[in-house]
Amino acid sequence: MPGSVQSIERAAAVLRLLAGGTGRLGCVEVANSLGLAKGTAHGILRTLQAVGFVEQDRASGKYLLGPGLVQLTVPHLDPNELRSLALNWTDSLAARAGETVRLGVLEAGTVLVASHAFRPDDSEQVLEVGARRPAHACALGKVLLAFDAGALACLQRRPLPAYTPRTCTEPRELAAALATVRRTGWAVDAEELEMGTAGIAAPVQDRGGLTVAAVGIAGPVERLCDASHAPRPALLALVQDAARAISRELAAS
Amino acid sequence: MQRYVAALDQGTTSTRCILFDSSGRLVSVSQAEHQQHYPRPGWVEHDAAEIWRNVTRVVPEAVERAGATPEQVVAIGIANQRETTVLWDRATGRPVVPAVVWQDTRTAGLVQELAGDEGPDRFRDRCGLPLAPYFAGPRLTWLLDHTRGLRERAERGEVLFGTMETWLIWNLTGGPDGGVHVTDVTNASRTMLMGIDTLEWDPTLLDAMGVPAAMLPQIRSSSEVYGQTRTVLPGTPIAAALGDQQAALFGQTCFAPGEAKCTYGTGSFLLLNTGTETVRSGNGLLTTVGYRIGQEPARYALEGSIAITGSLVQWFRDGLGLISTAAEIETLAMTVQDNGGCYIVPAFAGLFAPHWRSEARGVIVGLTSYVTRGHLARAVLEAVAWQTREVVDAMDADSGLRLTSLRVDGGMTADHLLMQTVADVLDVPVVRPMVRETVSLGAAYAAGLAVGYWPDLEGLRHNWHRAGQWLPAMDEQRRAQEYDNWSRAVARTLDWVRPGPSEQD
Repeated sequence: MPGSVQSIERAAAVLRLLAGGTGRLGCVEVANSLGLAKGTAHGILRTLQAVGFVEQDRASGKYLLGPGLVQLTVPHLDPNELRSLALNWTDSLAARAGETVRLGVLEAGTVLVASHAFRPDDSEQVLEVGARRPAHACALGKVLLAFDAGALACLQRRPLPAYTPRTCTEPRELAAALATVRRTGWAVDAEELEMGTAGIAAPVQDRGGLTVAAVGIAGPVERLCDASHAPRPALLALVQDAARAISRELAAS
Repeated sequence: MQRYVAALDQGTTSTRCILFDSSGRLVSVSQAEHQQHYPRPGWVEHDAAEIWRNVTRVVPEAVERAGATPEQVVAIGIANQRETTVLWDRATGRPVVPAVVWQDTRTAGLVQELAGDEGPDRFRDRCGLPLAPYFAGPRLTWLLDHTRGLRERAERGEVLFGTMETWLIWNLTGGPDGGVHVTDVTNASRTMLMGIDTLEWDPTLLDAMGVPAAMLPQIRSSSEVYGQTRTVLPGTPIAAALGDQQAALFGQTCFAPGEAKCTYGTGSFLLLNTGTETVRSGNGLLTTVGYRIGQEPARYALEGSIAITGSLVQWFRDGLGLISTAAEIETLAMTVQDNGGCYIVPAFAGLFAPHWRSEARGVIVGLTSYVTRGHLARAVLEAVAWQTREVVDAMDADSGLRLTSLRVDGGMTADHLLMQTVADVLDVPVVRPMVRETVSLGAAYAAGLAVGYWPDLEGLRHNWHRAGQWLPAMDEQRRAQEYDNWSRAVARTLDWVRPGPSEQD
């Protein structure tokens, strides 16, 4: 069995310390209380602050427990916030790929469309923000399920509906497909939700590698995929670039 | 070698540099916020030196993020917060007073004095604008009147005046060491000092406001090479400058008379292209220059300016602490079905278009115990939408046409509920283009045209694509009733501030 990770033990000690007493401590007080070097204590406090578990009082400079700890059980990223942060990159992806772009988050086992940019051909299209898509049958959903073991387990408690003959409904088959998604870092659906259309998606990750959303394009299967239903490399690269740009935007926010 | 145009958007709260490629697609972004100073109620100031420092940081950063080298940037275009007044020492390059921001209302008393018996429209024929604390000229007068020795130094040419683009171009081209002192027609048209038909500083206006001509920049086109940068990306031509709202009009490719856009930022601004004609508004809109390309005739626009929209959300976040990020306003508003009978009129700096009432102040009306923060959030978004409706109505009345759809852009267009609400209260489709950053795109377009990166306007039109569209879904009776409620709420903001000694010093 691997040994325990010292920095996590120390972070836990800092949190316990802040949770007791007056609830507000300076960096030196934390360092002295735990027998840590000041630089070490400062590094731990700043990291905990960055992930929202600790916040710093503006006036006194002291640290206290942050809202992120209390809200651990609710989704930590607001879909509206996500749309706003990602908008430049979802637009840019639509312009480059020439296809419809959707940004999705997992909610109650389905994909909630947090953002949608039209295919840039100026045809009549309807905004799908707030709409839901079945997670097992689209590329966005497969990305989200691949990086969220808990959600997949919930989803597989009941039979999965088939939308086309190509929809993956067998739990074992789906699990294998998701393992591939984890390995490659992207997902494709070729006519699994609707005949004639395909999707390519990649994960949007927050600090620490937590997948919080998926971004992808959708369009005619012959435009997105080759004859063996593999995504066209140029389009896949655009999707992955956009996913990375949005992830960077999240980390910076 | 891939080549790019850099747009520098010097806005009210931040300075951004965005690189665009030849299809008008966004390649990279870099941004830095600057501090807002509120030394007294109604006063808003910026530190122009801090803004210049931010420029020297964001431009190289945007180039680096694009994975490009400085040689790949063919031109820089500037779009800027308008009417913000900067004064600096020609010899040292240091600002001599804090920059007075467009939202600042310290000139309310002075403006009334200037209006005298003839009223706020005293100079409207000459400059296209009503007398209001919004514009740069009276702000300059106020600073000259209230800073010891400043007028004498200005007369000797030791102190220079400019709006933000002038300050940045002067610094980019060398500052005290040979900096170019220029402005463009769109920014100059917001000073109340330029003749709207002559496009030159108007001696009558300078005289009325006591402004020495020696301190004024030269007025140039919006799209032409003003000079080469000496500090940031050395050698790159600075090839465009436009006020941010005019830049957005350009970025939305509203090149034909009758085309209009509304940009949702700190404030919101609806601009309608009126071609080579200057249309004088009878309904509280401004006559302004839209753009001027090289030696072509200037194109004009009618403008409906709304002072407080995005900044209302900011106040909801920072002033009241009811949300932690601006985007959360939508989440909070979605927790309720309607406004619960509550209306917020954000006349924080008086009311702008179409009312122009500088003595008005904000109100929240219709409060009952039933109202929650969710309802307040709804009222915030609805305030943005109804203010848009007021300027659209004025625009329709002035042009004799009815708007059939509204092109929108700016940060707040990410707010889905807000855009739906705007479509609902206007009863027309609301359309968002593929590039939300149209202010930057417009500055890039104007700069790219000047250096031949893009051949003509028609080519730019092909870059415009629809990224989203909201259709009206509110029944007529409810719309009429809500508009009536809104109008009654607006009436309650009027006649609040009484002129007193505090307004004068």
